Parts: sequence; structure tokens; C-alpha cells
Amino acid sequence: MKFPIEDVTVYFPYDNIYPEQYAYMVELKRALDARGHCLLEMPTGTGKTIALLSLITSYVLSKPSNPVKLLYCTRTVHEMEKTLAELKVLHDYQVRILGPSARILAIGLSSRKNLCINPSVISAESRDSVDAACRKLTASWVRALAIENPNIPTCHFFENYEKAVSEAVLPPGVYTLQDLRTFGKEKGWCPYFLARHMVQFANIVVYSYQYLLDPKVASIISKEMQRESVVVFDEAHNIDNVCIEALSVSVRRQTLEGASRNISRMAQEIERFKATDAGKLRAEYNRLVEGLALRGSLPITDAWLSNPALPDDILKEAVPGNIRRAEHFLSVLRRLVQYLRGRLETENVEKENPVNFVAAVQAQVGINQKMLRFCYERLHSLMLTLEITDTDEFLHIQTICNFATLLGTYTRGFSIIIEPFDERMPHIPDPILQLSCHDASLAIKPVFERFQTVVITSGTLSPIDLYPRLLNFNPVIIRSFTMSLTRDCICPMVLTRGSDQLPVSTKYDMRSDPGVARNYGRLLLEMVSVVPDGIVCFFVSYSYMDAIVNTWNETGILKDIMQHKLVFIETQDVVETTLALDNYRRACDCGRGAVFFSVARGKVAEGIDFDRHYGRLVIMFGVPFQYTLSKILLARLEYLRDTFQIKEGDFLTFDALRQAAQCVGRVIRSKADYGMMIFADKRYSRHDKRSKLPGWILSHLRDAHLNLSTDMALHIAREFLRKMAQPYDKAGGSGRKTLLTQEDIEKISNGTAADMSLF
Amino acid sequence: MAGQVVVMRAKYRISVKDPGVPGVLKLDDDKFVFIPHDPTSSAKLQVGFRTVKGHKFTKEGTNKQALLNITQDPEIKGGGFIFEFEKFSDRDVCRDFVGKALAKYIDVNKAAAEGSVAKLNTEQLSTTEIDRRINLLREDSELQKLHQQFVIGGILTEAEFWATRKKLLDGDNNRMVRQHVGFKSAMISDIRPQADGWTNKVTFNLTPEIIHQIFAEKPAVHQAFLNYVPSKMSEKDFWTKYCRAEYLHSTKNSVAAAAEAAEDEELAVFLKQDDILAREARQKIRKVDPTLDMEADQGDDYTHMPDHGIPRDGNKEISDSQYDQYKRNLLQDLNRHAAVVLQGRGIDDVDLADPRSVAEALASSKKIELATEAQYTNSNQAELVRISKITEIKDLQAPRELPLAPLSIKDPRDYFYSQQANVLKHLGETTRGMKPVKCHLRTQEAYSCMMKSISYIKDVGINDPTIKPELALKVLNGLTHNISSTKYHLRNNPQESFLNSLPTLMKEELLNHWTSIQELLKHFWSSYPITTSSLHTKVIRLKDAMTRIYPRLQEIKESAQSDLRHQVSLLVQPMLQALDAAFAHYDADLQKRSAKTAAGPNGCT
Repeated sequence: MKFPIEDVTVYFPYDNIYPEQYAYMVELKRALDARGHCLLEMPTGTGKTIALLSLITSYVLSKPSNPVKLLYCTRTVHEMEKTLAELKVLHDYQVRILGPSARILAIGLSSRKNLCINPSVISAESRDSVDAACRKLTASWVRALAIENPNIPTCHFFENYEKAVSEAVLPPGVYTLQDLRTFGKEKGWCPYFLARHMVQFANIVVYSYQYLLDPKVASIISKEMQRESVVVFDEAHNIDNVCIEALSVSVRRQTLEGASRNISRMAQEIERFKATDAGKLRAEYNRLVEGLALRGSLPITDAWLSNPALPDDILKEAVPGNIRRAEHFLSVLRRLVQYLRGRLETENVEKENPVNFVAAVQAQVGINQKMLRFCYERLHSLMLTLEITDTDEFLHIQTICNFATLLGTYTRGFSIIIEPFDERMPHIPDPILQLSCHDASLAIKPVFERFQTVVITSGTLSPIDLYPRLLNFNPVIIRSFTMSLTRDCICPMVLTRGSDQLPVSTKYDMRSDPGVARNYGRLLLEMVSVVPDGIVCFFVSYSYMDAIVNTWNETGILKDIMQHKLVFIETQDVVETTLALDNYRRACDCGRGAVFFSVARGKVAEGIDFDRHYGRLVIMFGVPFQYTLSKILLARLEYLRDTFQIKEGDFLTFDALRQAAQCVGRVIRSKADYGMMIFADKRYSRHDKRSKLPGWILSHLRDAHLNLSTDMALHIAREFLRKMAQPYDKAGGSGRKTLLTQEDIEKISNGTAADMSLF
Repeated sequence: MAGQVVVMRAKYRISVKDPGVPGVLKLDDDKFVFIPHDPTSSAKLQVGFRTVKGHKFTKEGTNKQALLNITQDPEIKGGGFIFEFEKFSDRDVCRDFVGKALAKYIDVNKAAAEGSVAKLNTEQLSTTEIDRRINLLREDSELQKLHQQFVIGGILTEAEFWATRKKLLDGDNNRMVRQHVGFKSAMISDIRPQADGWTNKVTFNLTPEIIHQIFAEKPAVHQAFLNYVPSKMSEKDFWTKYCRAEYLHSTKNSVAAAAEAAEDEELAVFLKQDDILAREARQKIRKVDPTLDMEADQGDDYTHMPDHGIPRDGNKEISDSQYDQYKRNLLQDLNRHAAVVLQGRGIDDVDLADPRSVAEALASSKKIELATEAQYTNSNQAELVRISKITEIKDLQAPRELPLAPLSIKDPRDYFYSQQANVLKHLGETTRGMKPVKCHLRTQEAYSCMMKSISYIKDVGINDPTIKPELALKVLNGLTHNISSTKYHLRNNPQESFLNSLPTLMKEELLNHWTSIQELLKHFWSSYPITTSSLHTKVIRLKDAMTRIYPRLQEIKESAQSDLRHQVSLLVQPMLQALDAAFAHYDADLQKRSAKTAAGPNGCT
């Protein structure tokens, strides 16, 4: 359908539209007009992504003079694939309606590991080894050598791509990673470098958060994006955590040992170069005198993760004289590593702020702040000069330099915490030094500054006014949409008691109670016999899930559950979890039915949808609080209290409840879908906890469902499923309309004054 | 299949109870020949398929014989040629062959009828469509019977008949799927050791079923079995070693496991993580749906590089590494188990009792699987279509037909059989001293009860005989006869054999009526509410057909022998009730309509 929103004609690929989607588009359009940032919360299952994509593409189509580029950030690669799939639907529709003029180029961008098609490179296990394997074939000096000596292997995909030069372009269309690989195979071009190159011409780029937020990556991938771009962070409820992690480093004993090895290896290389090719080292020295700005002229294949935090003006400065010479720099690194090793030998937990730490470094080993700040860049330059291709071997020294640079750059918002062992396993000495960032706004600040519109959106952003404070920005629009449902297709329940009427909870004092484990098991057992197709269970942590599954196994509950449904489990191993998910879906597809056990802060909860028959019921076992004794968390809470006046308890509850809401929100995908949500912990019945849940869940949480036991929940589940099986009127018959047709939309836009009363 | 010949060892039986004459059964395109081993025997046979009307076979089951009955004339009870086979698999081969051969002959008659029907039909059908229908009829004699009865009998039109079987018509590939018995849902492969409590001995029980499952779930054990047995160690030693490893796991002492593994390299195979599994996983992950491929995330995840991010913020958890490979993880086992159950049993027709053959069959089936997978790796087109389909938001769009997995039930009659359970349950409820109740009493019980009372009487003596001994004896004889006869009919497993105890003719008729009533009712109810005149005439036609069947059912009920009458009536009752309900609805609807038309012209539908 197509309809106007103010001066923009929106092309929407479906025949109908939800009123929420319409309202969402209206707000988004206003934000684009105002060229400001916005924060939009819309419940899951109302088609956020497609609404957002249609509006922005239509906006560009309506105003060709103002070509806005869309940078769409997803948290994970599979969400990226989902977005691109939606974009394909949209693009097909727009081309069908408007003809070839609507053609755009949209690409997904990922690392070499996901894009490489060279079989010898892709066989490597981890991302870093793939990167290194690629560099071994494509680094500029390798290629230079290969011209003289044909026995040196190169990557023919890259060579072909280089030869094609200007012809190597992607025709317009929507490219998923798979499409890019297929295209690359057909043409014989390297898809990774092709995609990297096409990023600057693409109308829509879909990539991971980290390509914008993590300064190491952002400065190579995203540096050429124009200011007129719209940046979207989808599923952004955890964005503060991502920001914080992007600027945090930890150092262990293994790191330091590895770094020492790296340093000696580099020392050997320097000796070798001195003997054979001293000119190169001299050239490097000269370049460093002139400053780091020359970096930009490096060939594309040599670029690597760049400086995490250097502001642009520093790049023009010369590298401090005392680390310009390679040997001098190495000795600085050696001293730094030595110092850190000394600090790790501690008996007690130590906490320090960066200023004191830098002062201590200066006093003990004579490395000043400026030298620290340039470490990462200097290391990069040195490794290039030494022509090191196996960069995956040098991760440890990179970590140390990254640490040094962050330390030298920021004076506030960080703390350094040294722990001799993990509190949960005090008998195992495992000292760790963590440079932990507390201020989420540091990483995202450049994004807000560089781009004119940044859209932060998710299904759960409540309380919505907390985010501008956490991220320190001023949105022009803040809106939280409710969900208008045709029928009560979600059924949240709070289960406080088990089948024996005793309370259930994952509180520390009750967690190990066998009665609680049994009650949880009975609950699941009853539910698997009633609910069709897929059921998802979320636990508060891996260790808890492991313990409870073992208990269920020993008491035979698991066996009974397996009589009804197959059981699949998320494990720490990503490959296995992915396969388990795949099998889970297949079991749901074929009608066998399955249960998936997952962890509230795990990878599955982050981005896998359990919509339609893949999830008819979610059970959240317990309240997913963070591990509150963690030193890092305490430091962060303290920082939040001092800086933003956010109370510790409030933040912890907010964080736990957003995770819980995120978990249960995965069941609904559209208004035709339906699902139940059980919050199985007595603490959910308390108002202070419950009220932190997003509005769209709260509005369906009836008072009668606030204090249930297993048998009552079972009864409600039966009733609910029976009700959902009845046919219903999709348009939402009486009173409020929940599905708008072309006509309805026209009516709304004619009577603009009345339109908002609808929502 | 032209020119194909099947030769199978079989026994020819004149009747079901006959022990049978051993010999060789030879099947070819147009006839079957039976040659007995004993040349003097008179049981030689040579029969053309032309004269054969149908074939029947026994259900597969452990305590049953593999029988195949080729009937010439269904009217003659017990008539036909009954062959007993050594194995069900042999029987199935012959059965399929006979089915095909018969289909050819029936087809000749059929095609003529079919052609005329198609011509009569107003709707234009493509030839492929007609072919498909003919094929379906040919393969399913039940369906063919129904078709003959209703379509050729003029009760339903061709289009109506097929409209309810659309699913059968569209996918011609999924029709051929044969169902296999899968693995059990419960995890039996983590065999629980049983300690007897007296000695330090621990016992493990391995059955062929369990061994098969172990092979399927643990490729490393499977591989080791193929490598070591019998060249390096005996089968018994192998399993002893396996059980030892299992025991070590069950103690959850990974350090001890590591120590043991260091000493014994064969044992280590069972204790270590499964390399083959890991390799398979890496292969499978390439083909996984990209919208849930979490492994790809690692490629983009720059914060969770070693030493980046915050490892100890309370969200992440730690595991110690050194003994990891000896630590068995229940979670992994669960995933693996569920995956294997989902995949189903890869092999069939293999004697489960021999682990060696199971292992080999499994290995070869895996090879085939790999080969086919390699073929499909490049076709991601279907995957793309699927993804774009699930991407669409359902209710914003006009509905499109969902791909339904057809309900695959081997034999629709199973529903009918399930009705029998109700019959027997019902019998159990009427706990008066009526005859049918007695059939629940086991002979031994009845006998022991009688013996008790006899001995009681012997001890105490009969003081005051209320009835004459002769009369009592008569009653007793009558009772025992009745008990043993019903007992005989019901055998041990009442679920299966009650229908078989009925005379074949009656059983056939019952089943026949059951299916035809099902068909008629399906059409009947689906044509409500009546909106067009064609529906109206259809309903009338259907109702007439049903009224014709009704008295037939009554007849069956009455014609049944006295001791079976009750059960038969219980079976017939639901059918009659269903018909009654339909008639009642018809009458009510008729009344409503006539009332409406009488009320005014607006009430017209």
C-alpha cells in the first residue's frame, strides 16, 4: 500500500498496516525533518523494522535532493540477516510499484570470517586466524614479493578484484552475506573487500553495532560515512552495556606472558631487519616524526583494527620522541608489562582510578601519559614495518597497548580493578586486572556528534527517560508506543507458588532448595503436556540452569518432560547452541514439539525470536539479577549514583526486568500470533519489581494473574489456548481499529487533528 | 517393473489355522506360482493375477506371523491363498509386488471408468491431474472402493470427492514417505549403573535397542566399534570397557577419568569429547538458517575478543579448562539425544540383535546422507524463499496457504480400532453378573476361584443344596464354555483381536461401512451452512445415501451371533449415533429454512 505522511509518500509492502506502525512512522519522519536524534519504544511484534525501513527508504525516494544514507545497526549477524530479508521484501515491492528508479543498493557487512570465500582462508577456526590468513595472502608486501616470486601464494579472489578496479561494483539490489558470497564466487572477486569498498556507495548498510561503537573497528569501516546519514540502533535496550564493553579491557597472567613472547619476537625481527633492511626502520622513524596522519594512505588490506580512542587532532601530532625508535618502544612495552605483572601479584582486591594509576606508572617505570596514549598506534606502525602477517599471534600485545591507550586517553568514567581470584571460586588463584568503563556515553558520543539523526529503538526501553541520561544525549523525540491488540493474544502470568503451594524463587537463600527445583520441574512438566509446539524456558544463569537440569535428570522429571517434547539446551558452545536451535525449530515445524532451555543474559535471549509455533509459552524461572557482588558492577553502580543520581537498587531492578521483558518478548511477532508468558518467581508479585516491566506487558497482566500456583496457571493456560484457537476478526471489529487499510489511512491523514486520538 | 520376478521362501496354508506347506513363492508380472519343497505335495499353485481381487496382510508385531492372503473372491470366507513368510520384511516385499501387479490389472478396468468420469466432468482437468488421481486410486484400494461406491454410484461428483483430498493430490512426493518407528524419547543411552548393594559390582544392562541408540548418539563409540571389534578385542570386552567409561562418568570425577584415560588409550576414546561429533557440527553449521546462526556473530564480535570487554562483571561464567575434555556435560548429551531422536532411525530392515550389522548399516547410511547433503549445499534458493516467507508479517497480508504437513497415519482404520478400546472399557463398566463381564476374568482367576470354592465345599460339605447338582454342573459347564470361548476370541490382547474374532464377512462389512460413513459425514457437515442450491442438492443426495446405510447397520447388529452381539452393537452404536446426529441436524435445518421462507421473502438464504 502507499499513503502519504505529511509531504512524504510511504511505500509499505503490505496491504494493511498496524496503527502503531503508522504512528511510529509519523514520529520518525518528524525526527528526520528535525535532523535530530530520537528514542522510540515500540512493543515487539508490531513490525518495527519494516515500518522503519519503509519510512526511511520512502523518505529518500520523496526527497531525491537529500540523499540520506541509512546505517542500520543490529546486535548480531543473524539479526542482520533478518533485517536484510525484510528489506528484500520491501525493495521488491518498491521496485514493482515504482519501477527501476526505486532501486537501491543495500548490503550487509561483516568480518572476513563471514564473507571470505577462499577455501584455504576460511578453514581457519576463529575470526582472528581468518584475518591473519587473509593478510598472509593479501598484505601489500606479500603481494609485492609475489610479483617477483610466483611461488608465494596469493588470493586469486583478491587479485581478480584488484584487476577489475573500477568495474568491480555491485549492481543495485539487496545483498545478504550469502548473496555477497555467491556474487563473489560468480565473478571471482573477493566479497569482503568488495563489500568494504561498496559501503561508501550503498544506500543502506546493515552491520553490527560494533562497527560504529567500537572505536577500534569504527575508524576503519565507518570513517567515510557522510554526516547526512541516519543511524539506527535496533534492539537497543542493551546499548549501554555494549558501549561499556567496547571500552573495557582486561589483563590476565596469560595475556602478560603472551605479550612478553610477542615482544621478544618483535625484538628478533628488528635485529633481522637491522641486518638486512635497515632502511625500512629509518623510513618508519621519519614517518613518525611527521605524525600519524599518513595512516590514511595505507593499502586497504593492511588496515587493521585501529586506535581505540584517539581524537582526530592528536593524529596530526608527532609520536613522542622516546618511542619513535623501534627498540625504545619495545623497551617501554617491556617495562609496562613488567609493571603490570607486579600489580597482578596482589593478595587483595584493589581499586584505583586511571589518574592515580597513570601517576604510579610514571613513578615506577617512567612511562608518561602521552607515551601510553600513543602505544596502540605505535604498535600498529611497528608491526607494519616489520611486515608481520600472523597478527592473530600478536593479540596479547595488542591488548596491552589497547589498555595503555585507553588509560592514557581517559581520566574519568573508568576504574581499574585488580582481583586475585574470582569470588565464586576463591580457591583458584586467577588474578585479573580490569580496566572497566562505567560511562556508556563515552563510546557512543562520536556517533551522536558525527551523524545528524540517530534512532535508538527497541521493544523494551522502559523507563524510557533513563536512556538519554545513560547515553548523555538530547533526543528531539521520545515516544513509547503501546500495542493495540485485536484480541488478548498475550497472556502474562506471575507464578508465585508451586504445585505444593510453597513459594518459588531464585533468591540466594532459596535457590538450592530442592523443593523449588521440584516445583519448577512440575510446572514445566504440566505445561509441556498442555501447550502445543514450542516452549522456551529462561534461567537466570548458566550455572543455575546446569544445576537444575541435573536435578531434574536425577529425579526423573526430565524423563517425563521428554515424553512430551524433545529437550534442547543452550550451552556455552555457540556452534552447539546454533545447531540445537536449528533442531528445535525443526522439531516445532514437524509437529513433534520441543522445549528450549536458555539463559536470560545469554546469546539466545539477545536475538533469537521464538515467534509463532516456535514459542507458544515462555517461562522465566527467577528474576535475572546481575551478580551483585561483582566488583565491576559495584564500581559501576557507584559511578551511576555519583554522576546520574541513579540509585543502586533501582538500576539493578531496571536491569533485571529489562532482561526478563526481553526474554518473554520474543514470543510475539504479529497480532495474529499468540503466546503466554510465565514469570515464575514470587518476587514478581511485588509492585516495585513488576512495575518496571514494559507497559505492553503490564497492560495485559490482570490482577487475577498476579499470584498463581501451578494448578491455577495450568487452568489459565488451557483456557487461553482454547480461546486463541477460535477464529477472530483481524481488523478488530468494535471500537478501536487494530489493522488499518488504505482507506483508513487516508481518512486519518485527511483529518489530521483526529489522527492521534486513535492511538 | 516389467519382467521383474520375486522369489521368496514361504509356507502355503489352506486356511489360517493350517500349519502350512513349506515351499517357494515366485511372483512375476501376471501370475504367482507356488512350488512346495516336497514334490509329492499337492499344494502346487499357479494363479494369474487376472483372477485375483485383492490382498490382505497381518499387521507387524512381535508375536505375530507374517501372513499374506491373496484373495480371489472376497465373498468366500477364508478363501484365498495364504502364505506365511519367515520375516515381515520378506512379506512386505511380496506384498508390495502383489499390490503393484494388482494395480495394473485393476487399472485396466479402472482407466475406462475414470476416462468416462473425467469426460463427464464439467471442470477441465489437465492430464497430469487425472493421472495423479488414477495413480492414487490405484495405490489405495480403500480409496478406490470409496470412489467406486460414491462417485460412480452418483452420490458425490468427481470434484466433490477430490476436494476433500486436495492434500493427497498436490504433493506427490510426500505420499511415498513410509513411517518408521523412531527412537524412544527417553534418554536410555546414559545407562544407569545398578549396584546390588552387597558387593562392589556394578551392573549395566545393554539391549540391542540401547546399543543402536548408543551408536547413533555417539559416533566415536560407533567408530571405535568398527575399528576394534572383532580384530582387536571381543565384543564383550568392548562393551565392558564402554561401561567402565560410563561408570567413570557417572562418578563425575573428571580427574580420575583423565588419569584412567592416560593409561588406557581405548578407554580414552570413550572418555574424551567426541571428535567426530565436533566435525559433523562444523559441517552442519554451514547449512544452518542464517537468521539463527549465532556462530557468525563471533566473526563480528570485537568486544568479546580474548581480554576485551569485562570478563568478570557477574554476567559471564567461568569454566576451568584442564580436565574439560574429560568432563561429560549433561546438556550436550541432551542436545545430542534430541537431535538423534528428531533425525529418526537411519536404518531399517536390519537385525537389531547383531551390533556389528547395526554398526555397519549405520555407517553406510551416514555415507549416503553425506553424499546427498553435498548435492544440496549449492541450492540455497529454496532457503531464500523460505526465509522471505517467514519474514512476512502474517496478518498484514492476504493469507496464503500454509504448507501443512499431512497427517500421516498408516491406516485410517486405526481410528476404528481405537473405538474398540471404548467398547471394552464400556464392557468393564457394566459390572453386573452379566455374561460379557466374564470375558474380563482370566481363565486362571476363574479357575482358581472355582477351585477355592470347590475345596471349600469339600471341606465344609454342602448342607443344604439349593439347586440340584446336575443343574449346577450344567450351568458351570455353560459358564466355563462361555468364558473360554470369549477368552479365546479376545486372546490376551483385547485391543487387537476383537475385530478378528468376528466373521470375516462381517468384519469387512463393518469396516466398509465405517469408512463410507466417515466419507459421507465429512461431506455432509462440510456443506453446511447451505448457501447455494447445488449444496442443497448435495446434502439431499448425501442424506439419501446415509439413510440407505442405516438399515444395513441395524441388520448387522441383529445378525451377529449371540455372544458377539453385544460387542458388535457397541461398535455399531457410535456410527448410528453419528448418523442420527446428522439426520437431526438435517431436519432442524430444513425446519428452520421452511420457517424462514414462510416468514417472508427476506429470510431467503
